[in-house]
Amino acid sequence: MSEVRVAGIGLTPFGEYAERTTRELFAEASASAIDDADVARTDVEEVLYGNFLGELSERQGHQGPLMAEAAGVQAPAARYEAACASGSAPVREAVKRIRSGESDVLLVGGAERMTNLTTADATGALATAADDLWEVRAGVTFPSAYALMARAYFDTYGGSREALAHVAVKNHEHALSNELAHQQQAIDVSDVLEAPRISSPLGLYDSCPISDGAAALVLTSESYAEEHGLDASVAITGTGQGGDRLALHDREFLARSPATRRAGERAYDDAGISADEVDVAEVHDCFTIAEVLAIEALDLEPIGEGISAARDCRTTIDGDRPVNLSGGLKAKGHPVGATGTAQIAEIAALLRGDHPNSEYVEDATTALTHNAGGTVATAIVHVLEVVA
Amino acid sequence: MSEQRDHVRDDGFDDWLDAIEDGEPYYLTCSEEHGFLPPRHVCPACGSADVEPAPLPATGILETFTVTSVSTPTFEDDAPYVVAIADFGPVRLTGRVVERDADDVEIGMTVEPDVVSSETSGERVLAFRWCSTSWCC
Repeated sequence: MSEVRVAGIGLTPFGEYAERTTRELFAEASASAIDDADVARTDVEEVLYGNFLGELSERQGHQGPLMAEAAGVQAPAARYEAACASGSAPVREAVKRIRSGESDVLLVGGAERMTNLTTADATGALATAADDLWEVRAGVTFPSAYALMARAYFDTYGGSREALAHVAVKNHEHALSNELAHQQQAIDVSDVLEAPRISSPLGLYDSCPISDGAAALVLTSESYAEEHGLDASVAITGTGQGGDRLALHDREFLARSPATRRAGERAYDDAGISADEVDVAEVHDCFTIAEVLAIEALDLEPIGEGISAARDCRTTIDGDRPVNLSGGLKAKGHPVGATGTAQIAEIAALLRGDHPNSEYVEDATTALTHNAGGTVATAIVHVLEVVA
Repeated sequence: MSEQRDHVRDDGFDDWLDAIEDGEPYYLTCSEEHGFLPPRHVCPACGSADVEPAPLPATGILETFTVTSVSTPTFEDDAPYVVAIADFGPVRLTGRVVERDADDVEIGMTVEPDVVSSETSGERVLAFRWCSTSWCC
């Protein structure tokens, strides 16, 4: 089985760029990734692209060929959609293709344009990740679905809005040095608690912003990287996906994420590691409660204790195992289709040593990314390791 | 964005709302006694094609809720509103809590299902009414 190397990474700034089309955003990110990898465009065998809302925000379907064109690559291309996990679904597919020997060089990525929509229309577009008949028609939005989980968590395990606020404060602090982040702005606990409520108990600062942006990776086989003398020291050594019923009310638990647990177990097993070996993680914190549920399901924290991890500095920049050193979705931003790919790019940079926060994880060799779709009916986890 | 033709029913879902309005709520169950909601050809838990309707328990218990202030465009005139998940035993349902101030909604409340109209669109919305006593429903 061929090892999968991260040969190149490329990110646009995440933020409010309402005028920028996804084809132009992806052109920038893919050019950065191809330059970073130093591979010939003619060597790219396929383009695997993630996007969630293209039909709603740009009236654009059939985006695979469009994005290959934007990247200047003459290769077959397809789009992957898994709601907010749309950016890691193509990464997982690319890993399987390179491992099987089918491909040596793949351009992988995603993009999303969201701020050209009004807040209400963006809220409606995002809600299409939930069950239309049984959730959306009762008035469920994404903030309200995570609010339902937050209140169920408080009721089951304890915790408070104040504990969740520490997650937001932490991730904003982590983003301060990340010039690509949507929100480079320090906040404190009272800012979070006093912000307008979106869907109780969650307020504005419990929620990630609505962002535009793109991310890209060049993934290669180990043999291609070695034959071409690429500087590709980080490998994707584990991949795992978990699924669950689409509607939250049909799940076994309202305050846990079984799909994340299944994805994590499969990725750890695939990489031959345990959760204890993870030095740093990027997890899907679309809302503060989402980070808590993720780190518990990934076995980075015991069930019921993830709520205190940020407050007690276990996941902060100088903690034992920092979580979301990029700023996370919460502060870096969440251009949905780009997010999963961007998490891999951020981790690769942290492990390579060229991320603004690399100095805080100098000895890190093992990391993970966790990307979730909907209220975690889809979870995709990747393990990355320094191998060269 | 595209819009669907008016008055196109969704098989299974609209029939189920009709049943709530008619006072004969049901759920679907299989030979393994899993509970689920229509439309279904097979049980989503075990794949059994032995799918039959069964009477929905008259009341459920509120498990979690939220006051939604920022809504989708289809509920703009309804906001703020309370959305909740209630456990009816064989199935849980997601619905709108009505006739109750948001401050008075609590986990553990007993509710019964009903159907109300959206103030924004006029479309039917599954609702939960509070039962002040266990025999009220």
